[in-house]
Amino acid sequence: MSNHHLITVLVEDKPGVLARVATMFARRGFNIHSLAVGPAEEPNLSRMTIVVEAPDVEQVTKQLQKLINTLKVVELSGTDAIEREVMLIRVNAEVEKRSSVLDAAAVFKAKPVDVGATTITFEVVGDPQKLADFLELMRPYGVVSLVKSGRIALAREPKARNLRAIG
Amino acid sequence: MERISISQALIKALEFEGVDVMFGHPGGAILPAYDPLYDSNIRHILARHEQGAGHMAEGYAQATGRVGVCMATSGPGATNLITSLANAYMDSIPIVAITGQVPTTAIGNDAFQEAHTWGITMPTTKHNYLVTNAAEIPDVVHEAFHLASTGRPGPVLIDLPKDILNTEVVWHDPTGVVDLPGYKPTTQGHPLQVKTAIELIQQSERPVLYAGGGIIASGAHAELLKFAELANLPVVTTLMARGAFPDTHPLHLGMPGMHGFYSAITAMQKSDLLIAIGARFDDRVTGDPSHFATGAKVIHVDIDPAEIGKIRKADVPIVGDARTVLGQLLARLTKVLGSDDPPARSGWMETVSGWKSAHPISSYEQEPGGLLKPQYVIEELFKTTGGDAIVVAGVGQHQMWAAQLWKYTKPRTWINSGGAGTMGFAVPAAIGAKMGMPDENVWAIDGDGCFQMTMQEMICAATEGIPVKVLIINNHNLGMVRQWQRLFYNERFSASELTDHTPDYVKLAEAMGCAGFRAETADEVAPVLEKANSINDRPVIVEARVDPDEMVFPMVPAGGSNDVVILSKEDLE
Ligand SMILES: Cc1ncc(C[n+]2csc(CCOP(=O)(O)OP(=O)(O)O)c2C)c(N)n1
Ligand SMILES: [Mg+2]
Repeated sequence: MSNHHLITVLVEDKPGVLARVATMFARRGFNIHSLAVGPAEEPNLSRMTIVVEAPDVEQVTKQLQKLINTLKVVELSGTDAIEREVMLIRVNAEVEKRSSVLDAAAVFKAKPVDVGATTITFEVVGDPQKLADFLELMRPYGVVSLVKSGRIALAREPKARNLRAIG
Repeated sequence: MERISISQALIKALEFEGVDVMFGHPGGAILPAYDPLYDSNIRHILARHEQGAGHMAEGYAQATGRVGVCMATSGPGATNLITSLANAYMDSIPIVAITGQVPTTAIGNDAFQEAHTWGITMPTTKHNYLVTNAAEIPDVVHEAFHLASTGRPGPVLIDLPKDILNTEVVWHDPTGVVDLPGYKPTTQGHPLQVKTAIELIQQSERPVLYAGGGIIASGAHAELLKFAELANLPVVTTLMARGAFPDTHPLHLGMPGMHGFYSAITAMQKSDLLIAIGARFDDRVTGDPSHFATGAKVIHVDIDPAEIGKIRKADVPIVGDARTVLGQLLARLTKVLGSDDPPARSGWMETVSGWKSAHPISSYEQEPGGLLKPQYVIEELFKTTGGDAIVVAGVGQHQMWAAQLWKYTKPRTWINSGGAGTMGFAVPAAIGAKMGMPDENVWAIDGDGCFQMTMQEMICAATEGIPVKVLIINNHNLGMVRQWQRLFYNERFSASELTDHTPDYVKLAEAMGCAGFRAETADEVAPVLEKANSINDRPVIVEARVDPDEMVFPMVPAGGSNDVVILSKEDLE
């Protein structure tokens, strides 16, 4: 994971901005590991959270900043950012295994969102580590399908350090 | 209020930006824009190929410093422009390209002459637009000119669907305020960094000022000269910066890089401080970057923050405009002078000028009855013009000789395709340069291979009355390719030979409406060039039939270390 970097990018919400970012990454040989885009705090702005694989993250942030529609680039790797992902995971849960699966899921506050004859689908929200741990826990039961959102992240407010437990 | 079509608004917006000439080629989707052009004072030059139109706009921009404009239709018209856009992007040339597009209702349907121009040109432009809201046009054009010409200059493309072109709007003058919240180029260097830079310069024993194309783009040549003299710094000028510092100046060590001067390459290699201004540590300058100037600290001044630290870590990074920062460096240096004078560095100065005199560039011999040497022809052109010309080069051996052997003393007198190395650049770029600087003697120094890529633009020059001059260094080979095959491919000359006497360039010149001359021996060269220089009512093509086996030296093989400079053929044995 050493050359994975977490970046958030505040961009103008204009048609094609995502294509500009993706094209620039492709052209410069930066590898997008995960990407999430959505509206930001102001109406005409979007915020992207990008996990990128590149040897030199400074080039990545500078090239992002160079795009005309980019307002602000923040590199969050190494900082104590709030990071979240959503995972939908469908696992085998035959009748005899069902309660064991549900018990394990409860520990992770994973929410059962669909129950079939032989499977249960959980929704899990959390930081990437939590999702990875939950996946490990479910593997022995048999993972039928899995889908994850891109990561979203925000820098923590420095003054809120003592209240960290909330996040 | 009077309503006008978007096409009219487009031309009006170009007039508003002060455009006096544009280069293009019409077609279906862009036809609405050609109609109001018929009544406009803007002169349109009908290029014979859109790539030519793009290079003309580049030549115009590089000769004048103003934004060059080109226009093409959708589909193949737009794709033909791509090479010029890529070229302008590499060499930071301010151009605005306008392309027609199929109507918005047809976009995405594989309509006739549809190409995804906006997507295709994204990685080869500084910025591009697909206009879908007609009312925006005056502001988009204004923004495009602003983006092309400020910060690090570059190409900007505006793609205009045909139905948008036909829409009517109420004209409004662009407000002049460009609303680009994500685009705020830093022009002023950070004062603390400027102070540190001066300290480093004062401590340095073996400094070299590494001047790049940014000096010319920002018009910083006068400041550069003052600063180099005041701080007592030897200067090298890159391929993009020829003319940014006078070649005739004692502090000038020549051009660095793959075919640079030994003095320039070696001074950088041995220096303890590189002061890079508007230069980007291109691989043709550094050779293998891990072996490049390993003992040097680096001060790097550039308006593009992404260039700083991209190839070489900077000890003192300064984001800013070359001219502004040089002004700041000058002010700071002037302030400390008296108490803290630059060291004389007499040892270093003697060493570098020793290299300069021991290894002059020209290493050819023109024997009176022997084969004509390409270098001799170029030196004769320099003599017959008194050096008073704008030189525009193609790409290959002739380009390197033109960069090495001419004595450049003023900016914007050397125009070439540096970053992209685009064969075919010279003829159209020379036409654009001549349109921008009609009183100058504009000479393209071209290769036979390059000339054949865009020679049809000589018809454009002849019919539009643009008296450019072209010197074809005809070695009936893709000479540079041949040189590499000789050196690195065991003399297996695969696909690098052009036919000896075809075409007949004199007849070809005449057929295209130009004057044509040929020189085959040394004593024919000067008289033919004199004749060419005296013609001003037509374009002129001069063919010089030269020795196909001459090679360009010095040479640092691609990816090699700059410690090993091959000085001549004899060095190879
Ligand atoms: C568009 C394009 N295609 C191919 C090349 C590769 N290339 C570089 S120099 C050269 C030969 C140029 O031949 P000529 O114009 O005759 O110049 P000479 O080297 O002989 O002086 C070639 C093919 C290029 N630079 N640009
Ligand atoms: Mg040739």
